[in-house]
Amino acid sequence: MGRTLLKKVWDLHTVRPLSTGQTQLFIGLHLIHEVTTPQAFDMLRSRGIGVAFPDRTFATTDHIIPTRDQGRPFADPLAEAMLSALERNCGEFGIPFWNLDSDRQGIVHVIGPELGLTQPGMTIACGDSHTSTHGALGAVAFGIGTSQVRDVLASQSLAISPLKVRRISIDGELGAGVFAKDVVLEIIHRLGVMGGVGHAYEYGGAVIDRMSIDERLTVCNMSIEGGARVGYVNPDETTFDYLRGRPFAPAGSAFDRAVSWWRSMASDPGADYDDVVAIQGADIEPRVTWGINPGQSVGVSGRIPTAGSDGGVAEALEFMGLAGGDPIQGTKIDVAFVGSCTNSRLSDLREAARIAKGRRVARHVKALVVPGSQAVRTAAEAEGLDRVFSEAGFEWRGAGCSMCLAMNPDRLEGRQVCASSSNRNFKGRQGSPTGRTLLMSPAMVAAAALAGEVTDVRAALPESGP
Amino acid sequence: MSTREIDRIEGTGIPVRGDNIDTDRIIPARFLKAITFEGLGDHVFEDDRAGRSDHPFSNADYAGARILLVNENFGSGSSREHAPQALKRWGIDACVGQSFAEIFRGNALAIGLACVTAPHDVIGGLMTRVEAAPATRLALSLAGRVLEADGRRIAVTVEDQVRDALLAGTWDATGLLLDDFDVVRGVASRVPYVRGF
Ligand code: SF4
Repeated sequence: MGRTLLKKVWDLHTVRPLSTGQTQLFIGLHLIHEVTTPQAFDMLRSRGIGVAFPDRTFATTDHIIPTRDQGRPFADPLAEAMLSALERNCGEFGIPFWNLDSDRQGIVHVIGPELGLTQPGMTIACGDSHTSTHGALGAVAFGIGTSQVRDVLASQSLAISPLKVRRISIDGELGAGVFAKDVVLEIIHRLGVMGGVGHAYEYGGAVIDRMSIDERLTVCNMSIEGGARVGYVNPDETTFDYLRGRPFAPAGSAFDRAVSWWRSMASDPGADYDDVVAIQGADIEPRVTWGINPGQSVGVSGRIPTAGSDGGVAEALEFMGLAGGDPIQGTKIDVAFVGSCTNSRLSDLREAARIAKGRRVARHVKALVVPGSQAVRTAAEAEGLDRVFSEAGFEWRGAGCSMCLAMNPDRLEGRQVCASSSNRNFKGRQGSPTGRTLLMSPAMVAAAALAGEVTDVRAALPESGP
Repeated sequence: MSTREIDRIEGTGIPVRGDNIDTDRIIPARFLKAITFEGLGDHVFEDDRAGRSDHPFSNADYAGARILLVNENFGSGSSREHAPQALKRWGIDACVGQSFAEIFRGNALAIGLACVTAPHDVIGGLMTRVEAAPATRLALSLAGRVLEADGRRIAVTVEDQVRDALLAGTWDATGLLLDDFDVVRGVASRVPYVRGF
């Protein structure tokens, strides 16, 4: 029986089975940021333990930083203290750190792939649940808690429970105006937000095979919202082409040797899966969430479900102020946010700009575009995307997590409704306890910003080739 | 290594009634913006306490309690480790409840905070007893899977894995993971991307 990528990576990285039933796994790459690490470093210090492999940990800052007015000290003394702590900790333990003044700074899940740190066949850990993103390059990437960050710093390993593998095949083709975000929202909608508990999701099929790495990153990013521990795509030519020439990718003949190893780590044909799910790409519409978890979404031409006897739906509708049975199209928005580790890469900004070009944001809408990294920002500016957005009435910001969560100055106010390209629509997620989030693709966000309400991006697509 | 074996936890109790008490209620999100877990104990249940002057955590009769009594699905919601940290730093060393959310229980174990369960009626009886007499002495024995209250012995449930980890002091995974560090180095040297292509 063939082995899956998960199994191959697991076997290669196994240090030893533990008496608890878990496995001690070696972690090849550890990424850290300012929010979940200060306590971990303090624990090391108080125990007199050092960092085992300081050259296998890399740091950046993303969650708490303002996306404008980045002068130090920050206006928020707590944010300032968190960034200062990371600076101090990285200095003391010899960990490379891309701070605000580095052109490599950005959202941790955007810069890992971008710099070529994230590679096929690796185990990766980061104190952030969306670490699953890195699976897009064929890595096995775990989001972890603060005590586990300490464990990785101390031992470069983790105690992990065994995982099953579910193969999710997206077959055929996607229609125009349907994006990776819609694919993953469809998956979570079908399998549920707890559907992946205890599983790794392996994404494949013709649609995934044709996707760029940027698009695969979007799909893997939201694995965690479907309850899966990790998500991945088997490495292929697209992966190798993406990595070639990146700063941390092997170079010269080492690159060719790496490719043959990477290729060998992909799941074997006929590998043994615990479960298989197939979805037809043609069945997927642009999707929009109407509720308070990422599984509560509907195709843009569809209607908001009625509560019936489902208490979860009733609670969601009440919080969202939406009526069951109404079409989702036409739902008024106050804020539009293009950004987050789900959808803030160059291709995302291009898709949003394609919709925004030459048009205007609706007068009552506040719209912002937040690139995922300084490199994305620079590349977008080189193409003139910043001007496209500014001329259309979007604010163009510095790189960071921004309005994805409530830890920096970008946040909703009161009961505002936000069309957002991020990944969580939980109550209060975007900073106001009563604020409301509608998740959708960046192109759908741009279309909603222009219309001032949820609208079908397929009607807004500019005339162009296929 | 600073592992510590945990078996007997003795002291007074503090009851917090209600099902599905989520981690946001245990420690509100704004307290995550900090560089230490220290001081979190002062903010445990802060918003709940603001809304209710008779909250047990505001009641001086329960000061110094070590054993928290709760109902169903305690610690649901966000995975923040800050929630068990806040309880622990307030002084709680064990939680006895009807059931616990999975992630909360894992995070609690990682910091040596024992979570054990007992049936609805038993918990209800204990809560009533402690409310009537907050000075009641409780003693939890993990080895014996028993909670003593006023000389009565009450059976509690705790999974073997959790119990063994607490009893053996391996709840702190760092110690376990560093046990045989040469093996970790061995794995590092065989992984192609660490060794070099
Ligand atoms: S963009 Fe959002 S989801 Fe991603 S790392 Fe930042 S806060 Fe977390």
